[in-house]
Amino acid sequence: MRHEITVRVNGVSETHTVADNQTLVSFLRDTLDLTGAKEGCNEGECGACVVLVDQKAVNSCLMLAVEADGHEVTTIEGLGRPDQLHPLQAALLHHSAVQCGYCTPGMILTAAALLHQNPSPTEADIRAALAGNLCRCTGYRQIIDAVIEASSHVRANATTEPRMPRRLQ
Amino acid sequence: MTDPRYVGVGFPRVDGLEKVTGAARYTADLKFPRMLHAAVVRSPHPHARVLDVRLEEALAVPGVRAAVAGRDFPYHTGIYLKDQTVFATDRVRFVGDPVAAVAAEIPEAAAEAASRVQVDYEPLPAIYDAEAGIAPGAPLVHPDLGKYEVVPWITPQGGTNVCNHLKVRKGDYEAALRACPHAFTWTYRVPQVQHVPMEPHCSVARFDPAGKVIVHTSAQSPFTVRHLLCACFKLSHGDVQVVVPAVGGGFGGKAGINLEPIAVALAMRAGGRPVRVMVDRAEEFYATVVRQGLTATLTTGVDRNGKVQAQKMHYLWNCGAYGGYGVNVVRAAGYTCGGAYEFPNVWGDSIGVYTNRPVGSAYRGFGMSEIHWALEQQMDRVAHEVGIDPIDFRLRNCLGPGKATVTGQVLGEHAGRPDKCIERVDAALKIRGQKRRRFTGKGIACAVKAPAMPNNASSSVVLKFAEDATLEVLVSGIDYGQGLMTVAAAFAAEALKLPPEKVRVRGKPDTDLSPYDWQTVASRQTWATGNAILRAAADVKRQLLAMAAEALGVPVAELELEMEEVVHRPSDRALPLTALVMGYQFPDGHTIGGPVAATASHVPEGLLYLDPETSQSPKPVAKWTFGAQGVEVTVDPDTGQLSVDRVVACYDVGHVVHPGLIRGQTYGGVVQGLGTAMMEELLLDEQTGRVRNAALMDYKIPTTEDLPAEVEAYYVETPQEDGPMGARGIGEHTLIPTAAAIANALFDACGIRITEMPITAEKVLRALQEQGKGPPR
Ligand code: FES
Ligand code: FES
Repeated sequence: MRHEITVRVNGVSETHTVADNQTLVSFLRDTLDLTGAKEGCNEGECGACVVLVDQKAVNSCLMLAVEADGHEVTTIEGLGRPDQLHPLQAALLHHSAVQCGYCTPGMILTAAALLHQNPSPTEADIRAALAGNLCRCTGYRQIIDAVIEASSHVRANATTEPRMPRRLQ
Repeated sequence: MTDPRYVGVGFPRVDGLEKVTGAARYTADLKFPRMLHAAVVRSPHPHARVLDVRLEEALAVPGVRAAVAGRDFPYHTGIYLKDQTVFATDRVRFVGDPVAAVAAEIPEAAAEAASRVQVDYEPLPAIYDAEAGIAPGAPLVHPDLGKYEVVPWITPQGGTNVCNHLKVRKGDYEAALRACPHAFTWTYRVPQVQHVPMEPHCSVARFDPAGKVIVHTSAQSPFTVRHLLCACFKLSHGDVQVVVPAVGGGFGGKAGINLEPIAVALAMRAGGRPVRVMVDRAEEFYATVVRQGLTATLTTGVDRNGKVQAQKMHYLWNCGAYGGYGVNVVRAAGYTCGGAYEFPNVWGDSIGVYTNRPVGSAYRGFGMSEIHWALEQQMDRVAHEVGIDPIDFRLRNCLGPGKATVTGQVLGEHAGRPDKCIERVDAALKIRGQKRRRFTGKGIACAVKAPAMPNNASSSVVLKFAEDATLEVLVSGIDYGQGLMTVAAAFAAEALKLPPEKVRVRGKPDTDLSPYDWQTVASRQTWATGNAILRAAADVKRQLLAMAAEALGVPVAELELEMEEVVHRPSDRALPLTALVMGYQFPDGHTIGGPVAATASHVPEGLLYLDPETSQSPKPVAKWTFGAQGVEVTVDPDTGQLSVDRVVACYDVGHVVHPGLIRGQTYGGVVQGLGTAMMEELLLDEQTGRVRNAALMDYKIPTTEDLPAEVEAYYVETPQEDGPMGARGIGEHTLIPTAAAIANALFDACGIRITEMPITAEKVLRALQEQGKGPPR
């Protein structure tokens, strides 16, 4: 069975006909070529595919595209621009909290959902919120430090000031 | 003007922006027109004869475009020992061994077709332990072992399951042991574990109408992939192109060659269409490569002064079904068998054994984490038995300048200082002579590793300019997270006094366009590529100054390279780099020079093969990196649960090139080490030969909740003589000692020894109960 769905993705309304078993991650990656959402397991165990659906972090491998019909989806591609990074993106760069980068989009979006809900998380809150996002490279320390730093920026200014210029500081 | 300093200060990683914005493309993110999707037919048997493979029904599935089996490509591959074919031909050797593969328009059709490939097997007895593999009369996993092609420094024993055996003989072990008042023998075990890169393996191959093979792959070594593909399929290197986009972690699992031959075989039958082979997470666990298992038995003889005089080491490796790469882990563990210590009389054997388990291969540390699990617990136990503090015992016995390794190499002033690392860890963690609360403990372990690679393993780079004097640095080492591209930018910026934003590292190699690099393994890139960049930069600088001298009519000696210009101080004149990098044009229009570019390489100097009988050699390896880690743990006597509260790591890295990246390597290695120490083990069902926990739900790796409350990192900087600005490798070393340090802290906390990794709560509880320290059973 195929259905027509309309999803607002990164602020743009997308109308497509999808199979009823197509996952949201496949819709984003294969249909829209938004490959920032990664597939690490396709069974809800790694968090690489996390996107925001109505501001909440969702494992997009566990959600069907048809379930996103009428909702608002934000992927990493829509979170910040190179000249106006989201504070989390800037803080991860600043803290050397990115290595291979495969977990990074999911990690950032999960943290963004946390800060949306709780702009002043403790380290324990951050650890709990990110526990479903596996990273094999960083050992997490610099990621947690980056989220702590970003939270102060989010509190100071919801729209954010770019910390990084176009390329390097 | 003060000199710019980009080495040692740290700036955001140069591939960071593309990674935080989702712009970075990994192999699975690439789309090619009319790309086909593959599915691999894998053996359900741990060991069986393959009698027949029938593809007809698979080919009849709608949407299927190609199907191949072993008989189509009976070619051998393997980096050091060519013991594997693209698909099993006459026998399968583990559950997951590829037997055939299909390519179809959509993944569902490929899966359906794969399920319709018919294979007739005749099951054979399987062996799962290395001990069983060397027993007389054991079934042979590779009856043709004696016929395989192999590099000269690997010694497979035809007619047995031994795929490599390295012997270390130094001094007179037997006599020295007899003279020792104390001698101790213990055995330690390490299970197979998996790398678990967040990006599973993926390769896409196309065979174009002109006969060229183009491969995009998630790999650590594009040139080695090309070289091995050519050897396997009898192709010219001129007709194979390998491209590596962003890579989502490797840890050794993407070294050598992996899915690429399967993709190429399918592509050869797919009428010019690209074919993508991608494993799912379950296949990643059981069908790609894993870390080898180890059984280590050590005997230590100590004299009255607490100096080890005699040391015997027997390392028996469970290599799994194929040893193409793993044979060199066996070798590295052999010539490093004594770890960070000076043992005057040594009897060492490192033996690799085939079994019907998943395939062993390179894994961050390349055998060192496994042997350190044994060595560093052994040192602790011996210290305890002879009544010497474990810190003092290590300081008394560790290597350092003027001391000789097990292979007889006398270390020089520039070799790095394990003693300083031990002292630093002890200063921070206060391990020595401290009274502790019950069920809290502290432990330490040392680490050492040299790059394990062919003596001529090389790296090369190209430096060239764009019109606006942006420097482009072409490297073929892979940045799979460790930060090579950023390190390369730092060295280039430093050497040529360019702001880092004027340096662009082209670090996603394409073998058609990029300079040669052997492999990104062995913690060798900062050192090898760094050296090549400094050499090429010196050439670039020479060209710029020579051209400026002619342009200004002054001697070269009076010129200086400054920030984006060449300056003549005596006359206060300067030429911007933009006036030089494409050649200098005089006011009358005539032009000298041309686009400025340079290439340079690095190859280790003066490495000499090991003696085949004793492994003695004055310089068997390029360099050693030493370090130590201390940990503080708490044990819950009611549950056996161990919590690692604090980790202190110290390494002699020669020169810190980037503070943020090196801390990232340290935290990452520590946490990965903690995973292997306490959580990870590939469990096999010995009835069926299947991996029982081939899913992230069942095979747990550390999460944010498992990170110790405190991880501290310190670095000693004893310059490496042949290192770029004194730097030496560190990427793997950070996980080598973690597991042993935790085991030693556990002993300190409650007097129990867990010698079989991992240290699970069940094992701790059982040991506590046996000692009458836990809750009643
Ligand atoms: S891919 Fe969705 S959680 Fe792993
Ligand atoms: S940076 Fe590699 S998985 Fe997180």
